[in-house]
Amino acid sequence: MYKNEQLDEEKVFKDPVHRYIHVKDRVIWDLIGTAEFQRLRRVKQLGTSFLTFHGAEHSRFNHSLGVYEIVRRILFNFEGRKHWNNEERLLCLCAALLHDLGHGPFSHSFEKVFKLDHEAFTRQIVLGDTEVNHVLRRVEEGFPQKVADVINKTYEDKLVVSLISSQIDADRMDYLQRDAYFTGVSYGHFDMERILRVMRPLEDQVVIKQTGMHAVEDYIMSRYQMYWQVYFHPVSRSAEVILSKILHRAKHLYEQGYQFSLKPTHFLSFFSGDVSLEDYLRLDESVVLYYFQMWIDETDEILSDLCVRFMNRKLLKYIEFNPNLQMNEWMELYQLFKKVGIDPDYYLVVDSSSDLPYDFYRPGEEGERLPIYLLMPNQELKELSRQSDIVESISGKKRTDHKLYFPMDFIQALPDDQPEKNKIKTILGLADID
Amino acid sequence: MLANHAKLMLFFKNAGEVVGRKKLQKMIYILKKCDIPFEEKYEFHFYGPYSEELTLRIEELCNLGFIEEQKESKSNYYQYRYTVTEAGEDFLGHSAVELPSCNEMIEKMKDKSSRFLELVSTMLYFDHLSKKEIEEKVQIVKKSSNYTETDIQAAWQFIKELK
Repeated sequence: MYKNEQLDEEKVFKDPVHRYIHVKDRVIWDLIGTAEFQRLRRVKQLGTSFLTFHGAEHSRFNHSLGVYEIVRRILFNFEGRKHWNNEERLLCLCAALLHDLGHGPFSHSFEKVFKLDHEAFTRQIVLGDTEVNHVLRRVEEGFPQKVADVINKTYEDKLVVSLISSQIDADRMDYLQRDAYFTGVSYGHFDMERILRVMRPLEDQVVIKQTGMHAVEDYIMSRYQMYWQVYFHPVSRSAEVILSKILHRAKHLYEQGYQFSLKPTHFLSFFSGDVSLEDYLRLDESVVLYYFQMWIDETDEILSDLCVRFMNRKLLKYIEFNPNLQMNEWMELYQLFKKVGIDPDYYLVVDSSSDLPYDFYRPGEEGERLPIYLLMPNQELKELSRQSDIVESISGKKRTDHKLYFPMDFIQALPDDQPEKNKIKTILGLADID
Repeated sequence: MLANHAKLMLFFKNAGEVVGRKKLQKMIYILKKCDIPFEEKYEFHFYGPYSEELTLRIEELCNLGFIEEQKESKSNYYQYRYTVTEAGEDFLGHSAVELPSCNEMIEKMKDKSSRFLELVSTMLYFDHLSKKEIEEKVQIVKKSSNYTETDIQAAWQFIKELK
């Protein structure tokens, strides 16, 4: 039976994070070989972070294999344990491998600008007429739907879902370590082997044996540090702001009937809001960067300038910004930018931490979101932050900020005798900079 | 600037007071499904549709002093109560953002329990399915919540009234 078919010899992928990724199931091997999965090689895991951390060129392909490997190891430890049904093994492995399948190029900005949802595309790839679907259907007719349900977190067995998606899941455990490795930062490391050894399956969730609390503390701490040091890095956010403005500008120009020198064929359905799965799969990051390179030569000055900034890393500068205390200053700046001919809709941007797709650990309110539970020696469950002072102290910390981005070079290039120049510089705190 | 924050502030202003994060999450989701243009992204979680983006944005509004969050200790957990502050009113005074009229919907939801709103939002999450399929799906994904046939019929009626 295809479902249980094993490869004659185990395949291994060398991996810098997990050392080896082991594949013995024929289904997994076949899924890795599909066009839709191979496409993930051309979508970077960390979007624009490579402009800050030059090593961060790793792809969603690497990460997806990593998540698969972690789930494979967890399930090895679960074998024979109460509450774990080994019949779900292949489903878990497939969902782990495919969970990010619908991510597009620079996913976060694309989703915001074009109102897309990568999860809906993951579903379409799994359920539609694709190579992935053909492989899954060979397992059994209803198998693609089960995989889609697990990824969508609506599968009936919540234990299966929690392996891929919970506050301590294989997805996070892989990306924290992988992103730390490729960015080169010294945060993001924790004792994953220990966590895997103390994970216990319960009826509808994975919990952590109380003796493993310190390993989990380390994981939460790594998560916290990675957010501030890598994910919320102001320079990556600057690149993300520019990227988003390029997409807005190109869309705006298209809507105004602007004649692009190079017809933006791959973007047309994105601009018109009717993106088919085929269109979506054709647009990977190499294609996007090709257009950005071409758009440098467009006659529209804003589009051209933004593309130069992104491609040549001439990013926007930033200052800390408090919308409560500086609202009037922002309004004044907006008008001053207009007066000197710098379009504030593209060059004066407030970016907030909530604009980023990352989350901290929160115990939250009952019924709000499932927290991490510790399994105590008397079999009681206790929420992590109620047991760990370290986690509790992090949970209470301020985790938000706002930054104001602007083009320093444009401001400096204004004539010195233009009165608005000094006003802008004063408000932005640049008065002493020539 | 901060248009999505301003929309949430308008919601809080209209609501007067919101008790409970879970309830808040479900209210915004239901409004979104009724075409009120909130842009926070939702995913399905253990307790139904949930938006991490909304959680962080509320935290930002609290840190900015636009919203006051009162933490109340319950037997096994905490509950949070939200109201707009004077600084929040000022912020709204500067903002040109508008929301379509939804006061009536907000009032109706405020009267309901968070458990009921969890059911309604879960049903709306599956609104691409047929009515029968939605009911089956709810029983699968919310197995532990033990919603009765009466609950489900009440939720259908509520959805009809909202839309």
